[in-house]
Amino acid sequence: MSDLWEVFVRARGGLHHSHVGSIHAADAEMALENARDVYTRRGEAASLWVVPSTSIVASDPADAGELFEPALDKEFRHPTYYEVPDGVANL
Amino acid sequence: MEEPQLLERFEAHVAAEGKIEPDSWMPDAYRKTLVRQISQHAHSEIIGMQPEGNWLTRAPSLRRKAILLAKVQDEAGHGLYLYAAAETLGTSRDEMIDALLDGTAKYSSIFNYPTPTWADIGAIGWLVDGAAIMNQVPLCRCSYGPYARAMKRVCKEESFHQRQGFDILVTLCRGTDEQRAMAQDALNRWWWPSLMMFGPHDADSQHSATSMRWRIKRFTNDELRQRFVDVTAPQAAFLGLRIPDDELAYDEATGHWRFGEPDWDEFHRVLSGDGPCNAERIERRTRAHVEGAWVREAAEAYAAKHSETTAA
Repeated sequence: MSDLWEVFVRARGGLHHSHVGSIHAADAEMALENARDVYTRRGEAASLWVVPSTSIVASDPADAGELFEPALDKEFRHPTYYEVPDGVANL
Repeated sequence: MEEPQLLERFEAHVAAEGKIEPDSWMPDAYRKTLVRQISQHAHSEIIGMQPEGNWLTRAPSLRRKAILLAKVQDEAGHGLYLYAAAETLGTSRDEMIDALLDGTAKYSSIFNYPTPTWADIGAIGWLVDGAAIMNQVPLCRCSYGPYARAMKRVCKEESFHQRQGFDILVTLCRGTDEQRAMAQDALNRWWWPSLMMFGPHDADSQHSATSMRWRIKRFTNDELRQRFVDVTAPQAAFLGLRIPDDELAYDEATGHWRFGEPDWDEFHRVLSGDGPCNAERIERRTRAHVEGAWVREAAEAYAAKHSETTAA
């Protein structure tokens, strides 16, 4: 049971799959079965994904500044940046 | 970055309620503390299946049996959430399980007490799971993300455990004299070990101060114990049961219940391996692990064979 799998659950149709945790399993079929037993005992799921943990490519926390900070000083990307003159509707 | 700078940044981050994730920098001592605490917690869930599993085949009705089965299955699930959380810190599942079986890792001393009667199943849900909830709710805000997320899941499921236990006792206490006596006897045996679940007094607790600073722990052992007594004493009165403590009394001035001193010698004795069921619990877990080895090997062999076929 050496392989680690990441488990994603879609709570109900219309929502996206969210990461809930991980599971050990020898293969994909067993990973789905184990994920069902461990993460969906109370009707939490309409759908399950299991992904080998080694397949996840993650950003390096040390690069977080370089990657994400450039977005922070561009307030003009948000509608609230703009002042709507009084008397203007439907904008 | 130099280590002192990293450490300073880490301390400031957790002090400001920032969260730590598996790929964040963390001091070795923080990592070690968490591996110890989370794996002990996982082991407690797994060993905790045994005292209740003892009654699965003898539950008094099909409904009670289905409920107990679901509860014991939850305990296994909680163990797995927690092992997975501990693994994110770089310790393998195998290492943790070896440490449990060879006795180097501890688990909650409460699971070394026997369950001779059906009322014990009620008392475990009400008191043991009740005490566990007191300990676990603050852990949902723990600074280590994977542990906090696992605890949220555990806490959501744990309330069912406590209520089903109380429900068993309500039924017994509304029953015959013999059933009430059985409930009282279970309370007599589980009360003090439940108070010990919160650990030694704050002054004698080795890891408390650092864990509080690191936002792993939110309340001290004594604060949580007091809170447990305060909520549990009125529940015992509702059941018409007597908590086995002559010093138990409501203090009008403070609004808290005063209570007596647990037998700390017993606590240390049971924790160090000399409780009523320590040997039996580990023997049974070891046997299950050894007897299940062929299943793990077969699954590996099947997966290996299958991947060869699909690769070809």
